[in-house]
Amino acid sequence: MNKQIQALTAVMLAATAFGFGTVQAETKVGMITTLSGGGAGLGIDVRDGFMLAIKQSGRDDVEVVIEDDQRKPDIAVQLADKMIQSEKVDVLTGIIWSNLAMAVIPSTTAQGKFYLSPNAGPSALAGKGCHPNYFNVAWQNDNLHEAAGAYANSAGYKNSFILAPNYPAGKDALTGYKRFFKGELAGELYTKLGQNDYAAEIAQIRASGADSVFFFLPAGMGIAFLKQYKDSGVDIPVVGPAFSFDQGILQAVGDAALGVVNTSQWNKDIDNATNKAFVESFQAEYDRLPSLYASQGFDTANLLLSAIDKADVKDADAFRAALKSADFASTRGEFKFGNNHHPVQTIYAREVVKEGDVYTNKLLSVALENHADAYAVECGM
Amino acid sequence: MTFILVIEQILNGLQFGIMLFLMAAGLTLIFGVMGLINLAHGSLYMVGAFAAAAVAGLTGSFGLSLIAALAASALAGVIVETVVIRRLYNKDHLDQVLATFALILIFSEGTRWVFGSFPLFLEIPEYLSGPVSLPGGIQYPLYRLALIFAGLLVAAGLMLLIAKTRIGIQIRAGENDREMIAALGVDINKLYTLIFALGAALAGLAGALVGAIQSVQMGMGEPVLILAFVVIVIGGIGSIKGALIGSILVGLTDTLGSVFLPQLFGLFMDTAAATNIGSSLASMAIYILMGVVLIWRPTGLFGARG
Repeated sequence: MNKQIQALTAVMLAATAFGFGTVQAETKVGMITTLSGGGAGLGIDVRDGFMLAIKQSGRDDVEVVIEDDQRKPDIAVQLADKMIQSEKVDVLTGIIWSNLAMAVIPSTTAQGKFYLSPNAGPSALAGKGCHPNYFNVAWQNDNLHEAAGAYANSAGYKNSFILAPNYPAGKDALTGYKRFFKGELAGELYTKLGQNDYAAEIAQIRASGADSVFFFLPAGMGIAFLKQYKDSGVDIPVVGPAFSFDQGILQAVGDAALGVVNTSQWNKDIDNATNKAFVESFQAEYDRLPSLYASQGFDTANLLLSAIDKADVKDADAFRAALKSADFASTRGEFKFGNNHHPVQTIYAREVVKEGDVYTNKLLSVALENHADAYAVECGM
Repeated sequence: MTFILVIEQILNGLQFGIMLFLMAAGLTLIFGVMGLINLAHGSLYMVGAFAAAAVAGLTGSFGLSLIAALAASALAGVIVETVVIRRLYNKDHLDQVLATFALILIFSEGTRWVFGSFPLFLEIPEYLSGPVSLPGGIQYPLYRLALIFAGLLVAAGLMLLIAKTRIGIQIRAGENDREMIAALGVDINKLYTLIFALGAALAGLAGALVGAIQSVQMGMGEPVLILAFVVIVIGGIGSIKGALIGSILVGLTDTLGSVFLPQLFGLFMDTAAATNIGSSLASMAIYILMGVVLIWRPTGLFGARG
C-alpha cells in the first residue's frame, strides 16, 4: 500500500479516536426487504415501522439505505454484498422470509457486521448456528405456533387437523404446534407453497372428524384458505399464528376471519405507553393501522437507537453488549433477549373483531408467558 | 377414505381444470394463430381480478364486477397488442419472451401503483355462497358448482365460435397459413387484435371468478400461467378441444394426486414420511403427466403441427 495513504489513514483514525473534527461518527444501516411483488405488504410494514422510529428519534447521524429484495434469495445476497462492500454499512436488517435470511445472515455476521432481524427467525440460526452479532427482535419461527398449541390445550381441543406449506418455515410451524399440543392429530398435511386452492384439503378436514384446525398459511395463501373454508360450510374452529390475520390482509379476508383466534407477540391494544404512542403516530403518519410486522420494524429501530446511544458501532464488543441489554421501550412491554439473542417474551391469543368498518384483532388471553424458544439450549453463547 | 370424499375430490379437480381452461384457451389461440409466446397472459388474469374487486367494492354487484373484469382485461389486451405485441410477430421466441416478461413487471408495478401493496377484497355473492347438498349426501360449495357450469358454458360457446362462425373460419385459417388468408383479403391485423382481446377477456374472467374464492393480489397470475402452459402443451398448441381436455386432465391429476398419493404411500410407510414423499410426488404429478403425453404424442393430444 502507498505509504502516504497509510500515514493519512493513521492520522484520520487518530482524529476519530480523539474526537477531533465536527462531524460525529455516523451509523450506517442497510435495510434489505421485500417491497415489490407478492408479499410486499410485509416488507413495506417493516420499513414504515422502522423509519417511523428513526424519524421520531430526530437523529441525523443514522443513515438508512433501503433496497428491495423482490423476495428472491439471489437478489438479497447481491444486495447484502453491495451494502457491506461498497456502501460500508455497519448494521443490516429488514429481511422478511426465512429462506432469504438463511442466504444472507450467516455471511453477514461472518464479515463482522451486525444483523438485526425484524421478522425471519429460522431455527437453524437459533440453536447451534447462533452468532454473537445476530439478534432477532421478532421471534424464533416456532414461537407463535407453540403458543397456538398451548392455546388449543386451554380451549379444550383434543383432536386437531394441522396443515402448512411444504417448506422449512412450514415444517417449523407444525413442529412448533405439536411440541405444545397435548391432544391427538386427526390429520397432518403439507400443501404446496403458493397454493391458492384448498378445496381438496377442506374436503379432507370435513371427513377427518377433527374438533379443531391449526393452519399456518401466510399472506395470500391464508386469504384463499379462509374464504374457501367459510364457504365450504365446515364449522370446526380454526386457530393459527398471526401471519394469516395481520392488519394488512384481514380486510381482504373479510367476514370469513371474524371470531378466529390467532397467536401473536403484539397487538395494537397491548396496554403500555410506547404501544399507544406507536399506534397513534403510525396511523397519523401512514393513514392505516399498524400490523405486527410494523411493530417489529419499530422495535428493531428502537433497539438499534438505544445501542447507538450507549456505544459506538465501530466498537463491536461494546455495541454488542448494548444491543444485548435491550434497553429500550418496546411496543410489547417488557423485552429481553435470551442467551441465543432471540426474544424471551409473552405470546398472546387474540381474536379477530370488526371495529366500525375495519377488521382487526383484540387481545383475548395470554397463551405463553415469558416464553423462550426450544433451540436456545443448543446455542453455545 | 369414503366414496363421498372421492366424488368431492373429483368435483374439485374438475372445477380447477375448468378454470385453467379459461386461461389456457386464450393462450393456445394466441400461440396457435399468431405463433406468439405470451408470458403476460397471467397479468391479464390479474387485471381482471383487480377490476372486478374495484367495481365490486364500489357497487357491491357481482354481475357488474364480472362485466368490468371482461371489459378491463379485453381493453388491456387491445392496448398491449397494438402497442407492443404487434411488433413481435416476426421476431423469434426469445424476443417475445423478453418483451412479454417486461410486460409482467410493468403490469405488476402498475397495479401496485394504482391499488397499493395489500391484497384486495372480493367476495362470493350472497346467492352463490354456502354449500349445497348433492345426491348421496355430498356437501359441496354452490359457487364451485357455478364455476364448473360457467366454464363449460364458455367452452361450448368457444367451440361453436371456432367451428361455426365466420370469425372461427378465419381463426382456423390463420392457424394453418397466415400469408394465404392475408392474400385472400382478410384484415390480419384486425383479426389478431380480436383474438388477443378474446384471450385476454377469458383470462380476466377467470381472474375475477377465481379471485372471489382466492386472494386478489399482485403476482396472482404467474402460478396459473405456468399451469396453463403445461395444459396447452398437453392438449396440443392451437387446439381449443385440446385445451379443454388438457386442463381437465391437469386439474384432476393435480387434485387427486395431492390427496391420494400421500395416502397411498401411507399404506406401506409411516405417516410423516408418507406425507413428505406423497406431497413431493404430487407436486411433480402434472409434469410427469406432461412427459408421458409428449412421449406418446409429441405434438400433444390434439396438436396438428410438428
